[in-house]
Amino acid sequence: MKVEQISIFLENKPGGLENITRVLKDAQINIRALSLADTSDFGILRLIVNHVGEAEKALQAHGFTVRRTPVVAVEVPDRPGGLHGILAVLLKKSINVEYMYAFVDRSGENALIIFRFDRTDEAIEVLRENGITVLPGERVYKL
Amino acid sequence: MIYNEEFETLPREVLEALQLKRLQQVAERVYHTVGFYRKAFDQAGVKPDDIRRLEDLRRLPFTNKQDLRDNYPFGLFAAPMSSIVRLHASSGTTGKATVVGYTKRDIDTWAELMARSFVAAGLTKNDMIHNAYGYGLFTGGLGAHYGAEKLGASVIPISGGNTRRQLMILQDFGPTAICCTPSYALYLAEQGKEMGVDMGSLKLRVGVLGAEPWTERMREEIEEKLNITAMDIYGLSEVMGPGVSIECTEGRRGLHVFEDHFIVEVINPVTGETLPNGEQGELVFTTLTKEAFPLIRYRTRDLSRLMKEPCRCGRTLLRMERVSGRSDDMLIIRGVNVFPSQIESILLGIEGLEPHYELIVDREGSLDTLEIRVEVGESLFSDEVRKMQEIERRISKDIKEYLGVTAAVKLVETKSLKRFEGKAQRVVDRRKL
Repeated sequence: MKVEQISIFLENKPGGLENITRVLKDAQINIRALSLADTSDFGILRLIVNHVGEAEKALQAHGFTVRRTPVVAVEVPDRPGGLHGILAVLLKKSINVEYMYAFVDRSGENALIIFRFDRTDEAIEVLRENGITVLPGERVYKL
Repeated sequence: MIYNEEFETLPREVLEALQLKRLQQVAERVYHTVGFYRKAFDQAGVKPDDIRRLEDLRRLPFTNKQDLRDNYPFGLFAAPMSSIVRLHASSGTTGKATVVGYTKRDIDTWAELMARSFVAAGLTKNDMIHNAYGYGLFTGGLGAHYGAEKLGASVIPISGGNTRRQLMILQDFGPTAICCTPSYALYLAEQGKEMGVDMGSLKLRVGVLGAEPWTERMREEIEEKLNITAMDIYGLSEVMGPGVSIECTEGRRGLHVFEDHFIVEVINPVTGETLPNGEQGELVFTTLTKEAFPLIRYRTRDLSRLMKEPCRCGRTLLRMERVSGRSDDMLIIRGVNVFPSQIESILLGIEGLEPHYELIVDREGSLDTLEIRVEVGESLFSDEVRKMQEIERRISKDIKEYLGVTAAVKLVETKSLKRFEGKAQRVVDRRKL
């Protein structure tokens, strides 16, 4: 049920991001969702792409430091309290959200959010027990 | 003025006779009390008895910094701990520091040489000395302190740091002299100006500055900003501490070496041969009177040259030129001695860190800065910012704890630092000295 995310280390300097998008463009990779975490001197770009393995290979071939991380794609009801309900379920089990970011596309009537948990497998279990839809990777890459 | 008229103005032939007698004594003593020296002398095929003229010093083997580390902590001491009253040490990673000891008489000698230095720099017992050298394992603070008391001056043991308080005391107590590193003198001047203190109107008239390389340009700047006469003092903990040599007020061309206590040579750092008078090379010191920690032909790695021309001040002691650099890769950052190899061993002690790094030394305003650039490889990289920042903090903290210097850590992209086929050049020193 996990989704594979690609993280890339980049220095905070002009052209840093552009180098990455060029490599992905040349490899015909489509970006499905992304988030950029930044500090004063470096950033971590996190991507969900349509072809994880090829994206990773292409980036590594261009000298980038890349890491694959399992994250969870969760359907969030598109109404007030939608996200809160999900977080409340996780809190009961003391599962920590390291970071999260939203998908641009929707999944039917729902919004789609990518979560990075401290305990991924347990989080998936808890979410499903509570009737929350967790999307498998194969579906997310093709969205 | 001359503090010890008798010994500082000995006719050269008398001085050299005294040096020879003392050299014979120290060679004899280390041969019989320190295993390291006995072995080194034997290997070089020389006995203490072979020293019949001063030139015979050249037959004795060199002592290197590594020999001091190999004998950590007390292996080179020539006196039992019961007669040692003080220990000092240089910075270093665990087990790599160099430790030096002093007997009561060594401390007295040191105090006398510092008192001589202060007088050569133009101070008298009527001066009040603001001693901003660090007190502690570093020899600067206590060395200058004992010298100031020996002279009979009033000493303010302010030590390093806490600049606001230093500025308050400089204004309120009105010291007439200051001891610190040249870069700290400039830093004080800048901070004072920022706080609205008229630094030129303080009572300070003399600075006795050392423990790091500096230039004539820096001297002019310090003298102008603090309205003082800035004097260069030289020393290193292995040989004794500050007070090995000092400039005199007559012309300030070169630092008089207290030759009744040390023999100084200049050698070619590559071949080890002694260079003729006036040629530039590496300074080598032999201590003549130290009891606890005598040193035979210690290679300082400091580059200088010797001047034997008589000086107008009346001292017959030869002079060494201001140290112009190092023959090894040691960095002096805010007065702290740091070897790149020490930083490397700390970095490689951090799990996942690859040996791709660069050290950038610069000077911001008047203070040295050290930036450590570390490449982020697969094993170090995490998708979480928090974990990456923890790595930065951990490196900074280890460097501070082991080496005593503050470093800014910058994580950089993999393969962004230069790769080397031969000897790696990982240090970029941008300080324009």
